[in-house]
Amino acid sequence: MSDVPIFAHEPWILPARGRVAMWSLIVAESAIFSLFVVAYIYYMGRDQFGPTPSVLDRPILNTVCLLSSSLTIWIAERAIEQGRMRRFAIFWAITILLGLKFLIGTITEFRTLINRDGLTIDANLFGTTFYSLVGLHATHVLVGLVGLSLIMAFTLFGKVNRSHAERIQVFSMYWHFVDAVWVVVFTVVYIVGK
Amino acid sequence: MSDQTIPVSGSLQAAYPQRGTMLEWLHGWIVTVDHKKLGILYITYALFFLLVGGVEAMLIRIQLMAPHNHVISPEMYDELFTMHGTTMVFLVGMPILFGFANYLVPIMIGARDMAFPRLNAFSFWLTAFGGLLLYYSFLGGFGLYGMGNAPDVGWFAYAPLTGKVFSPGHNVDYWALALIVSGFGTVGTAINIIATTVSLRCKGMTFFRMPLFVWILLVVSALTLVTITPLTAAQVMLLLDRYLGAHFFDAQAGGSPMLWIHFFWIFGHPEVYVLVLPAFAIANEVIPVFSRKAIFGYPAMVAASVGIGFTSLAVWAHHMFTVGMSSAGNSFFVISTMVVGIFTGIKVFNWLATMWGGSITFSTPMLFCTGFLFQFLIAGLTGIMLAVAPWDWQLHNSYFLIAHFHYALVGAIIMCIFAGFYYWFPKATGRMMSETLGKWHFWVFVIGFHMTFDTMHFVGLLGMPRSIYTYEPNRGWDTLNLIISIGAFVQAVGVLIFVWNLVHSYVRGKLAGPDPWDAWTLEWATPSPPPSYNFVVEPEVRSRRPLWDIKHPNDPDWKYEQ
Amino acid sequence: MQHPLSPSRIRSGLSLALCFCAFAWRAFAEGPDSIPNTFAPASTPTHEIFDLSLFALTVTGAIFVSVAALLTFVCIRYHNSRSNPTNEPPQVYGSLQVELAWTVIPILIVVVLFLTTARIIFAIQDEPEPANALNVTVIGHQFWWEFRYPSYGIVTANELHIPVSTPQQPEPTFLRLISADVDHSFWVPQLAGKTDLIPNHPNELWMDPHEPGLYLGQCAQFCGVEHAKMLIRVYADTPADFAAWIKDQQQPASNDPAVAVGRRIFETQACMVCHTIKGTRALGTVGPDLTHLMSRATLAAGAALNTPANLRAWVENPATFKPGCLMPAMHLSNQQVDALVAYLSTLR
Repeated sequence: MSDVPIFAHEPWILPARGRVAMWSLIVAESAIFSLFVVAYIYYMGRDQFGPTPSVLDRPILNTVCLLSSSLTIWIAERAIEQGRMRRFAIFWAITILLGLKFLIGTITEFRTLINRDGLTIDANLFGTTFYSLVGLHATHVLVGLVGLSLIMAFTLFGKVNRSHAERIQVFSMYWHFVDAVWVVVFTVVYIVGK
Repeated sequence: MSDQTIPVSGSLQAAYPQRGTMLEWLHGWIVTVDHKKLGILYITYALFFLLVGGVEAMLIRIQLMAPHNHVISPEMYDELFTMHGTTMVFLVGMPILFGFANYLVPIMIGARDMAFPRLNAFSFWLTAFGGLLLYYSFLGGFGLYGMGNAPDVGWFAYAPLTGKVFSPGHNVDYWALALIVSGFGTVGTAINIIATTVSLRCKGMTFFRMPLFVWILLVVSALTLVTITPLTAAQVMLLLDRYLGAHFFDAQAGGSPMLWIHFFWIFGHPEVYVLVLPAFAIANEVIPVFSRKAIFGYPAMVAASVGIGFTSLAVWAHHMFTVGMSSAGNSFFVISTMVVGIFTGIKVFNWLATMWGGSITFSTPMLFCTGFLFQFLIAGLTGIMLAVAPWDWQLHNSYFLIAHFHYALVGAIIMCIFAGFYYWFPKATGRMMSETLGKWHFWVFVIGFHMTFDTMHFVGLLGMPRSIYTYEPNRGWDTLNLIISIGAFVQAVGVLIFVWNLVHSYVRGKLAGPDPWDAWTLEWATPSPPPSYNFVVEPEVRSRRPLWDIKHPNDPDWKYEQ
Repeated sequence: MQHPLSPSRIRSGLSLALCFCAFAWRAFAEGPDSIPNTFAPASTPTHEIFDLSLFALTVTGAIFVSVAALLTFVCIRYHNSRSNPTNEPPQVYGSLQVELAWTVIPILIVVVLFLTTARIIFAIQDEPEPANALNVTVIGHQFWWEFRYPSYGIVTANELHIPVSTPQQPEPTFLRLISADVDHSFWVPQLAGKTDLIPNHPNELWMDPHEPGLYLGQCAQFCGVEHAKMLIRVYADTPADFAAWIKDQQQPASNDPAVAVGRRIFETQACMVCHTIKGTRALGTVGPDLTHLMSRATLAAGAALNTPANLRAWVENPATFKPGCLMPAMHLSNQQVDALVAYLSTLR
């Protein structure tokens, strides 16, 4: 028989597990993105044939949309924290629309590059690294949008309330991360690499 | 000081409800989200693949017993060593260590389960199906030689041999997909362990009161996040090459096989530490208990573990001294690799100091840990030799290298895993493992180990390269290879004794009671096996050895710890 | 050439011990000259590596002996033979001084070892190429080696001839390593450390054998099914022998009318698609150049000795020696094989 002593003083507060887990996931995802970025930089300007990065148009509007969606989701986070559910729903919806605009923009960009410039993933090293890096990011936006839409649906059915603020904020971390990655991708692909 | 005490053993229900029908029992294991059951599932799964990988090793050794042997075809041989490596690293090493982590981390920090029990179960099943997918390739893949077969490009899978041109079948796809799937599971578990350790510690369990086992698993999990993911990314690139005609590693279109080598070892080297650190973690628990002393230099041990974690991210190219890097590049990776030696040196000396002045009993767990100390010392020193880049130009990809990493993987990791089995088996099953069989297991295994792997160093120095299915006679390798093969069979006998001991003790073993080793960490404060909720009331601790404090109320640890 | 920082006395003592070991290993061996022993260096770079390895062995050996002795001492001295300890030993939690000591000492060892190592890395890797060096291009193919001597216009396979390089008359050989397909690694332990052949990534390697003789090696990077049978033979020739060999190799292939049937088979079957025989229509570069096939001691990258019987078996069905190699069985009739082998046998 063994006994464990109990001490009843000092409050014992630990970080929320959801935030810790999301931070961990972000670290893991960053490692994946780093490799694709490294591959892009490594092969920059090595092509002997095929289209070069000069065919790219800087997606300024897209970038503005995605970055401002970080702001709108932040407003939504604050709103649910204060229990202002209407405001939450509105700004959550705006976030989705901005994300959707970005995704459609990327699709249009890909279509143009394929049809106008003949740049495909097997065209050359630029095609390979460009589509995989930007495509990987777009995939993350897509996953984020699915998550955002699910939460939107729950909100519309009135299943989301103030007590979910913590979870909403944890999910928003992912969206902020996707935006932050875009800053890196944009810098590498459309500024440095062009 | 203590306001009240709670009884934590004796008054509890049996650990698991009475077994119903076979189907109910099976259903219970499949749908379980209990961290202890998942831990046991992980370990059982890994043990199964340990036997599979062991059989593959035996076949390899039969083929290499004599020069120009024709027991196994060259194609089969390539599959065997590829699958042996992949199995042992991904389906044995990682799952078994995550199994121990799953079972022990929550209970050691006084929690009732992992932070995300369902994610935990999901991760296990992903890992499990990854393994099954890999082995399905024996039926479904088409390899270098065009017949239905398993991956045969080496566990390192160097490009461009893995390209569609040189590996036209599907076996490389099985290799990549299986590891991507099990990799997701691994990352899930790593996230879970981090969240558990950070967020579910019981009252009073500050970071510097966590058992070293938990500390190291925290470091390992953090390392896993940035280790497995590069492999996943590289494998995605490989699949893009193979299926969409991308050119990441395609030399014909200007792609660079060097990129794969870098990416693989950016994963591959930290991976070694992901495997070996949990072995240290087990030694950190076993050695103090059987020396009857607190671990010497706890803060230094933590610092060394974290140091190894960070340094391991900057040493990958010591696998690449022969690929033609610049002299400056080579020199950088020489120094960064040797720095790891300093950290591991600190660990070895601290274990030594823990035993110094102790009262050591050589029960089976301690026996294995002692063997580990000697063998790990040698593995570390041959590692230093390999870090001497010009010498590595000779030793790289020779049997000396094979000997070195088997010294680390078998001589250190497997030995510690055996120690962990003997140490925690009573906790998980309520029964002791047989000491007699344990000692037989130890001595037979150690003798076989040294026959095999000591000899491998010499055959490597005599110029025998790895991955060859046969070799020429008259090169001074014949007798040595025969000794290596005999040693391998002796080891196999040792492992069979171990398996028999597991089965026998599970049924017939002596009842263990809650705390058979008179140990100090929280898992021994629960009944054996622990109930699904672990603790009736969440415990509260004041030092690194809560049970020591209880057993020695006049001389508790918290008086001395800072 | 330069030597590592190690004290010469320790080195000579260790050399003695290692020579003894090397001798013991030789006793194992059936043919004493055929061991690619890394501890029997025969060129300047391998001598430097050998000296460095002795130094590293001394350091690591000393560490091993002292730590293992301590461990053994602890295990014996503090072993508690009673099964149940009545009293716990005094608890010690750590000691800053002791821990600092065993952190600082390894750091010092590492610094010394690193400086010694870096010196040799630069000495070997950045050795400037002398003007009279022989240049050879080594091309790795799946399961065989191609050697090109650009300055002599020679192409040969699997058996590399290079001149001996003596202190009086230094003539090192600089190899340029490239790959035609997958990764390989060129390793002749007595002459040079291994260096990989990687597509799109040319590498360099140099060697200067001090004594004439035959040095064995093989591919050291897994490259596919027949990786095990991708052997290398390096002949270090005296200057006179080397000059004679060059002269022979520069000749076009012999054209003996007695074996015209075999030659016609070679030129009309698929043989000519992959192989070159100088002076004929066969100009393929997929397989080894056969212009002077009979000047080589082995077939199929060392898989078999170059005897008439082996040659016949090889032409009839390459899988006899090398299952999985890229040369197909041509399904020729017995008469055709005989004629073909007769022709090949004249290619001296």
